[in-house]
Amino acid sequence: MTYSVPIGPVHPSLKEPVTFNFEIYGEHIENVNLAPGDNHRGIEFMGRQRNPIQIIYLAERICGICSASHPFAFCKAVENAAGIEVPEKAQYIRVIIAELERIHSHILWAGIAAHELGFDSVLYLSWRAREEVLDLLEYLTGNRINYGIFMIGGVRRDISKEQIPRVRKTLDFYKDIYSKIEDVFLNDPTIALRTKNVGVLTKEDALSLCAVGPTARASGIKKDVRQDQPYSAYADLEVKAITPDILTGVVNGDVYDRIIVRLLEVVQSIQIIEQCLDNMPLGEIVAEKKLVKLLNQLKKAKGEGIGRHEAPRGEVIHYVKLNESELPEVWKARAPTYNNLMTWVPMLLGQQIADIPIVVASIDPCIACMDRVTILNKDNDQKSILTKKDLHELSVQKTRRITP
Amino acid sequence: MEYMKSDEIVKLFKKRLNKSAIIDSRIETKTAGLKKSIYSVIWLQIRLENFKEAIKLLCTIQFPHFAIISGNDIGEEIELIYHFSIYYAERFKEISINLTTRIPKKNLKIPTITDLIPGAQTTEREIKEMFGITIEGLPDLPNIFLPQDFQKGAYPWRRDEKGVDKTVRKEDEVRKVE
Repeated sequence: MTYSVPIGPVHPSLKEPVTFNFEIYGEHIENVNLAPGDNHRGIEFMGRQRNPIQIIYLAERICGICSASHPFAFCKAVENAAGIEVPEKAQYIRVIIAELERIHSHILWAGIAAHELGFDSVLYLSWRAREEVLDLLEYLTGNRINYGIFMIGGVRRDISKEQIPRVRKTLDFYKDIYSKIEDVFLNDPTIALRTKNVGVLTKEDALSLCAVGPTARASGIKKDVRQDQPYSAYADLEVKAITPDILTGVVNGDVYDRIIVRLLEVVQSIQIIEQCLDNMPLGEIVAEKKLVKLLNQLKKAKGEGIGRHEAPRGEVIHYVKLNESELPEVWKARAPTYNNLMTWVPMLLGQQIADIPIVVASIDPCIACMDRVTILNKDNDQKSILTKKDLHELSVQKTRRITP
Repeated sequence: MEYMKSDEIVKLFKKRLNKSAIIDSRIETKTAGLKKSIYSVIWLQIRLENFKEAIKLLCTIQFPHFAIISGNDIGEEIELIYHFSIYYAERFKEISINLTTRIPKKNLKIPTITDLIPGAQTTEREIKEMFGITIEGLPDLPNIFLPQDFQKGAYPWRRDEKGVDKTVRKEDEVRKVE
């Protein structure tokens, strides 16, 4: 006999709250049903009443963590639609901000993953390490998140020569502590026990379900927009899609592989930023400084364009259609979790209840759906509620149980 | 693996589909970086009758990466744009392909592509509830983005009388007021 276990729907930290309906036999998950969309904000509908420059700031607020990725893709889409060329220096600054965002996002994720396994000391230490890059982003853009640096045709703030030593200082900080982070996550026997062969996603499933980002790469698909279709300054830089076999020689597609991919991408981001600093050209940072003039230009533009960017969680794609009007005719935004949603099903089948938190967190969706769980016993209609705390406790207990 | 150039891909589509199948084709080339490296984006407008065939043809080149469907209400018709890309996983090789088709409002039906690309389910369900388009062959699943008790017969992305007001009241709230 199976039990029906609904999990979800809403938790404040999630950009896409999700309800899961699990069919549980004993401890094993037999079937999963997904019901997302509990917090659909109608952002594209709101965009219909705004001009393209106003939409940049709306796009920034699609996600608190990807707050450089969405404006990046949106600006690219508008530039493609209106035929605006971005100055080279602005392309380099865009890449630096996007890569700094990747560092903070991946370290944030590493902390959450540790928390889900019951390693709260690692959570606090990794989030302490994340502060450094947030401070740097505040120094460069004025904000820790929602940077407000993107503009159609370029960026709003320059990175001057005097600021570069401060950027290098932060990069050196991460180079120094990286070996420690790697040691904690990849050599710890308990983390290996809880993550190896857990939540496996095969290459075939990842391909057919259109997975993107580290979720796809951990399953062995070398897909990365920065490598495949280099845009902005990525075309000048060395970027290679990171798969777990670089480190271990094999691809298993489990949670452990997703940890490897994200950690190696932190190193890759540091290298990309260093290349950017070394090769940064001189010149303008924005194609049109006067916003009124820019708006007039966009008002006369006609055309459609797509903008793609590799966000920390995978490919972001925006579609914009301009039709000689103040407001864009169509704006469609797609975040990476939209595609990765479906990969939860093959990952979760056959797993235990206590593994739900780490498997769900492994695609980096912002761990929201763990809000509350109702266990309904079909035989005697008994209803009991598992809170996020209880579920977390189950996960911690499993770690203790299997640790030798 | 052999890589076709973007104009060769357009030629292949023109050759393998009916003569009247492709209404419009356009290749955009974009530059990036100091070295002005080039990448290309293909836009093809395809007749509705040949649309599934075109996607089957695309799948024979390489299993494509499917991003999303965007849509636009253009009066008598609804325009859907399927965003694909092929030749991924190789540096500088990826080509974006956008397949556009128009569905008349009198007969809002389009065949599903989930039999070819299972990952398309989420976005097909989104199109179904936002435009009221029947996706033939897609199982009848509950709303994915809109609330289950959303106003019946109203579709947020429509610009005609079937669109929604600025404030939408859920059905049970309407009942309470009444």
